Amino acid sequence: MAKYAFFLGCIAPLRYPGVEKSTRVVCEKLGIELVELDDASCCPAPGVIRAFSRTTWLAAAARNLALAEAKGLPIVTICNGCYGSLFDAAHELNNDAEELAKVNKVLAEINMEYKGTTQVYHFAEVLYKEVGVEKIKAAVTNPFEHNVAAFYGCHFLKPSKIKDLEDPEDAHMLEALIEATGAKCMPRKQPMLCCGAGGGVRAGFSDVAKEFTKTNLENIQASSANYIVDICPFCHMQFDSVQKDLGFSIPVLHLCQVYGIAMGMSEEELGFSAHVVPVKL
Amino acid sequence: MILTEIKANPEFEAQLAKMGGADVKMCFQCGTCTADCPSGRRTSYRVRKLMRMAQLGLKDEIVDCEELWECTTCYTCVERCPRQVPIVDIVIALRNIAVAEGHMLANHKPTATNLYTIGHAVTVTDKVKEQRKAIGLPEIPPTVLMNSNAMADLTKILKATGFDKIVE
Repeated sequence: MAKYAFFLGCIAPLRYPGVEKSTRVVCEKLGIELVELDDASCCPAPGVIRAFSRTTWLAAAARNLALAEAKGLPIVTICNGCYGSLFDAAHELNNDAEELAKVNKVLAEINMEYKGTTQVYHFAEVLYKEVGVEKIKAAVTNPFEHNVAAFYGCHFLKPSKIKDLEDPEDAHMLEALIEATGAKCMPRKQPMLCCGAGGGVRAGFSDVAKEFTKTNLENIQASSANYIVDICPFCHMQFDSVQKDLGFSIPVLHLCQVYGIAMGMSEEELGFSAHVVPVKL
Repeated sequence: MILTEIKANPEFEAQLAKMGGADVKMCFQCGTCTADCPSGRRTSYRVRKLMRMAQLGLKDEIVDCEELWECTTCYTCVERCPRQVPIVDIVIALRNIAVAEGHMLANHKPTATNLYTIGHAVTVTDKVKEQRKAIGLPEIPPTVLMNSNAMADLTKILKATGFDKIVE
């Protein structure tokens, strides 16, 4: 059975707990064992904290990586931001002895050492490569037969030079994962357009972030999709929180919630009360 | 911003290189980045111009410009750059230099403060505690939020890397 240290991050557990809950339930159904990564912190956020201090970002990320290393487990995340942050940090530290030594000087202050062995995976990657679409299809008891918009976000596939998952200009992985539930992904204009929230833009210039989201919502609406399905709680929050102001009302679901629905979780357990845009199934 | 006079800043190139932005010199100003930039469609942020300003060492202009913070780090420019310039890494390096000189957006302070005080980017609300409980999750997730010793460790790391000064 596949076994991972479950990196929670911030937005899923503290803003959309239904995303965390559905991940736990779905993993159990698919035979993925999630081990708590006790004492972990924010990844830290790649667009803000890393932009303030790379040194702080790398050291705090190394602490999270070292916690997983101590358990001898790879990390799985359900957020593009956490994935981007921890993957980048691991890529840097696992391949650069000099940087690793510098970070370990900081970690020595708390009697910790990172040896540079932790691997970091996004949940969607684990589902696609390790579980496989056929096994997911077999676990579906309540098909999610709706037209949806697949929303990759930016930091799952990019930068592709180091991630090497799929060509971000011609990606199919997320569509395959969503369609395993019986849903249909509707083609649309600019499918890889950023939600607008990243890089500190949501906090720094919320009107600019909204402009990105608005274009996405227009494209999604024009494609006749009735749900937005994301793999990042930060994109999720951006889409969910600004629609009211922009005059849209397209329910936003994380892939884990769609799987939760398709695998028979109750509406209460899926945590829809935390959503701003009402989710009526 | 209109560039009227350029005073070379030789120290800047070294500083930027130290922060991970050495490859800015690879940029040959083709403009693919600006043409593809979704932020540039909506703001006055121009990636090519920022790269040129960095090459020219226009530190004072860079650290003071709002556009530096309008990049969402979507990596479209990085994917399409014919010179494989790690543009987002350079933007991050430039932001680090700006922050070190006290140029941080007021709207970004709360996120930094949250990390420093509770170890997460967002606060814990009573509402989310209720929601977590209602769906069978512990009220507080098993992170630094649940262990003051772990939070003390994180604080030591943040202080050792000078983050306390950024928060103040």
